[in-house]
Amino acid sequence: MPPIADSILILLLLTNFFILGTANIRSAIRGVALQGLLLGVLPFFVESQATVRLVLLVIATAAIKGAVIPGLLTKALRDVHIRHEVEPYLGFVPTLFLCAAGTALALLFADHLPLAAADRTGLFVPASLATLFSGFLGLTTRRKAISQVTGYLVLENGVYVFGLLLYQSMIVEVGVLLDLLVGIFVMGIVLNHIQREFSSLDTERLSRLRE
Amino acid sequence: MAVYLIIVPLIGALAAFLLPSDRPRPWIVAIVAMLHLALAAVVIANGEVGLASEWLRFDALGRLVLLVVSTLFCICALYCIGYLRLRAERPNRIFCTALLFFLAMTSLVALAQHLTILWVAMEATTLATAVLLYFNQNQRSLEATWKYLMIGSVGIALALLGTLFLAYGARLGIGEPTLLFRDLVKGAAHLPAPWVRTAFVFLLVGYGTKMGLAPLHTWKPDAYGEAPGVVGALLAGGMTTCAFLALLRVYRIADAAGQGVFARQLLVVFGLLSMATAAAFMVGQRDFKRLLAYSSVEHMGILVLGIGIGGAGIFAALLHTVNNALTKGVLFLAAGNIHRAFKSKRLEDVTGALRRLPISAGLFLAGFFAITGSPPFGPFVSELSVLTAAMDAHRYVVGALYLILLAVIFIGMGSTVLAVVQGEPPEDAEGRSFRESAFKTVPIIVSLALVVMMGVWIPGWILTLLHAAARLLGGS
Repeated sequence: MPPIADSILILLLLTNFFILGTANIRSAIRGVALQGLLLGVLPFFVESQATVRLVLLVIATAAIKGAVIPGLLTKALRDVHIRHEVEPYLGFVPTLFLCAAGTALALLFADHLPLAAADRTGLFVPASLATLFSGFLGLTTRRKAISQVTGYLVLENGVYVFGLLLYQSMIVEVGVLLDLLVGIFVMGIVLNHIQREFSSLDTERLSRLRE
Repeated sequence: MAVYLIIVPLIGALAAFLLPSDRPRPWIVAIVAMLHLALAAVVIANGEVGLASEWLRFDALGRLVLLVVSTLFCICALYCIGYLRLRAERPNRIFCTALLFFLAMTSLVALAQHLTILWVAMEATTLATAVLLYFNQNQRSLEATWKYLMIGSVGIALALLGTLFLAYGARLGIGEPTLLFRDLVKGAAHLPAPWVRTAFVFLLVGYGTKMGLAPLHTWKPDAYGEAPGVVGALLAGGMTTCAFLALLRVYRIADAAGQGVFARQLLVVFGLLSMATAAAFMVGQRDFKRLLAYSSVEHMGILVLGIGIGGAGIFAALLHTVNNALTKGVLFLAAGNIHRAFKSKRLEDVTGALRRLPISAGLFLAGFFAITGSPPFGPFVSELSVLTAAMDAHRYVVGALYLILLAVIFIGMGSTVLAVVQGEPPEDAEGRSFRESAFKTVPIIVSLALVVMMGVWIPGWILTLLHAAARLLGGS
């Protein structure tokens, strides 16, 4: 595993902290876009042979994760006049602390998983698990629907990182195209409806159904 | 032949979508549902059928799930004719299209012999049901749909990661990252244990979210509470059954890989936890549709508990899959009628249902006795089988907890159900227009008749199918 891939993964882990630590939704979306671009170029440093499939994968990932979806979210933010504060349930310091703890645990846990000889030096498994956990944190500790969607995107990025280890089988594409496109597409529609019904994207108002 | 089980509903979905008028659309759904059931009967009678590809094949487990889903869907589709006539003010184009798409995707889940196809099909059922949930298009159904999609998407993402873990394990152990069940089971002995365990945990959490096992059940009360009764029936009897099938496929691989003890322990914990959570929320529940949602959590718990006990418990769990789906059909459809007639699902507004709706309320009451395991209904047999399996396996603590929780749930559920059916109906004229037409009652009666049949006499071919499916999972 070339060291460049490891450097990209470390950058990815840093963006996790940035996304969880920023108080501004617009910056969080930028962080997600940056993650998308990082994941987009990552396959270049994993596969030595530049096939058509590789180029297509790189372009598609970078375009979807790095541009289209962040663009949609930014557009939603602008059109719906959402205030830009993140408004978390849990403060930023505890969230970042949890994120750090999760990253450390991911590194420890990944040590127990046997790796193929070619992947031995890769940070792929811990980076995947840590990103998954950061996404989950973002999803559960945020009040607004749009911040929850950014959390979900980070979570999906974690799955994608691991998918790259299985580049040979065509399963990476399933993760990117179907899950991402469709999942976000539908969520976008729902977001749209929430806007129409409540003229706000605060899921706090979605609290009539409870025990 | 088998491939028509997917193609026919898809063509039907297209036809429903293109049809300009609302009136005939429910009939398309019903006709396709009956065709699907007839096709399913042929496929099941023919035994194991493979398609050209190794990726799609009906093994015994797939045929069992197909039988359950197709029967339940047919009952729901017939009920839908009456229901959608009642809700004629709402356009039903998207609803009918999504119903048929859901049928196609559940058939694909039953057919899939490849983890990726299974995953894609499960994802597709999620999307279809999200559309169905939003039928009422009000604030409450929107909230329920949002929660369902958000929690469901996380579950489905975790299931994908678990699938990837298994593929990586296969690459290490077998030499290629295969995800065909046949290859994974055959080469299971070579799969590295840490990857199998991690994959199983992620897949259990992922598909467990779709099943609605506690503590991953939080979408369920809202979704079942706000969805039309017929959608509740399809979710509680159809989609959860598919998710259970996905979990069984994964369990089979874990078991073959020598991680059976680990997997069964987890399943017992999830099973008992689900039953306990359901019991806690069912006692004193004032909303009878949410009550049914917690009942679904409980029965998903019983299913995984049966598998977790192992041995005879596996057969019991599979039998309970059939019984649970049919009984949920009775309960949700009858509850839907009561909800429609009273325009409320809260105990404050709903009393004396037996006087106002003798047939629906009678069926609701019978459904309650059935699902809580009273003879002569089907669930009595399967719930008792889970208990005897626990005792035979010397799991006395598990068996005792199971019995206590069943008793608590019987009392909790009973007090709410009796409050609904007994007493005097409120005097206000609202909702008086509701009539118990044939389409709104006969499908429920058929469903209840099947539940009784499963309790007194299980047809030989269903027994054979159940035994074959249990053998696949290492049971008897």
